[in-house]
Amino acid sequence: MATYSTNEFRGGLKIMLDGDPCSIIENEFVKPGKGQAFNRVKIRNLKTGRVIERTFKSGETVEAADVMETDMQYLYTDGEFWHFMDPDSYEQIAADATAVGDAKKWLKEQDTCLVTLWNGTPISVTPPNFVLLKVTETDPGVRGDTSGGGGKPATLETGAVVRVPLFIDEGEVVKVDTRTGEYVGRAKD
Amino acid sequence: MPRTETAAADDWRPATGLETLKIRAGLLARIRSFFAREGVLEVDTPLLGRAASSDPALDSFATRYTGPGAAGGLPLYLQTSPEFFMKRLLAAGSGAIYQLGHVFRDGEAGARHNPEFMLLEWYRPGLTPAALMDEIDRLLAEVLDGYLEYRPARRISYRDWFLQETGLDPWHDPVEDFRAFAERNLATLPPAMGDDLDAWLDLLLSHWLEPRIQEQALFVCDYPPSQASLARIRPGERAVAERFELYLQGVELANGFHELADAQEQRRRFEQDNRRRQRQGRERLPVDERLLAALAAGLPDCSGVALGFDRLLMLAAGLPDLAAAMPFPLGRL
Repeated sequence: MATYSTNEFRGGLKIMLDGDPCSIIENEFVKPGKGQAFNRVKIRNLKTGRVIERTFKSGETVEAADVMETDMQYLYTDGEFWHFMDPDSYEQIAADATAVGDAKKWLKEQDTCLVTLWNGTPISVTPPNFVLLKVTETDPGVRGDTSGGGGKPATLETGAVVRVPLFIDEGEVVKVDTRTGEYVGRAKD
Repeated sequence: MPRTETAAADDWRPATGLETLKIRAGLLARIRSFFAREGVLEVDTPLLGRAASSDPALDSFATRYTGPGAAGGLPLYLQTSPEFFMKRLLAAGSGAIYQLGHVFRDGEAGARHNPEFMLLEWYRPGLTPAALMDEIDRLLAEVLDGYLEYRPARRISYRDWFLQETGLDPWHDPVEDFRAFAERNLATLPPAMGDDLDAWLDLLLSHWLEPRIQEQALFVCDYPPSQASLARIRPGERAVAERFELYLQGVELANGFHELADAQEQRRRFEQDNRRRQRQGRERLPVDERLLAALAAGLPDCSGVALGFDRLLMLAAGLPDLAAAMPFPLGRL
């Protein structure tokens, strides 16, 4: 079993905590001049995405997590699993709804996503920062309105709902920032 | 070109700009002028010594001299503070002395730590810790003029500080109460804390008390005897170590003692430190017999303090971390 000492702590290091794989965000060395040294660490639980704080006595060791982040192409969903492919080896893996989480509303076939694997099993999926998706349903816009002030909801081909300017019509392709869920612009064709 | 390569190509540059170097030089000049006026003598003691601090909270870098006078090699330690040499000067009749010098501590690096840093350390024969704190107030008001509006620090005892922030008395309440308080109030506890009261006090101090300091400047005085280090113990109904710490803007800046002058008591503490080191699976360190001989010859009654110069610069210049106060911190060596 691989372990890390607190001296190896740095941003991005993957460790096991309470049975879950985690990633270190921030590591702070704290020591009273004449006293015990501690490492105060901010950690993201890679399964839940939650950020927690932990304190270790300096010199303690923790178990390493076998975590790999890899770019994979999204293929399709069968309703229960979302299937991805490694573009180099063509190897396919299936991620369940927990692993895909909120990313599922942005997944478009053939888009490249960042898949986090723990012991070879996908535990989270990060969609591309920007996706191009077709509007499948929205109220007809007001002709001549190009300001975008106010806006209206639009349902996209993946099922996601975003606010778009009034001039966007059904069938148009829009660019969306998946980190904020906000409309960025019309797709340039 | 990948960004990392560009950054690496720039790594020869100092981490501090010219502006910070000028402030640094200015603070050093003010400190020297303050002590010149006060009649405190500047001294310069070796960075390498045959003895090392046995303090279990400190780790020394060890090296070896081989050459004329030591054909077989002589183990030497980079000093964690100039204390032992300065006390030998005091015992030889130097009178009040100060030193601005580099010290070395293995295992310490972070936003407030660097393995090599500069200490301002000074000793005042005839001054009580309270009088030395007055002098620190005067020095900082003068040195920080134009950078920080320094007002004399509030003074609180270690015991009152704990009572105020936790309701617990380190002299009276059992370790279980401190553990329970930590469990209730800290987000998480280190897995291997054990039942050493001082470790729990250090945990609460660094994770609960220090972050709650409201005062710009705060002296904490009269520590538990178990944390005396090289301070005298003042006996009484509740014995205390005559030790103090100064916090400036929440940063631990200085540590002072009413200096222990009793050679036998000093030897006992060195041996106690070494036993504790052994229990932790660390090596015993050679006892500084020349320091003990100096104490036996007679150390004048004095108070002394060590102040982290780089931290002072960091606060004066409003820098984000210690590395920004040093031209060549660990990451730029």
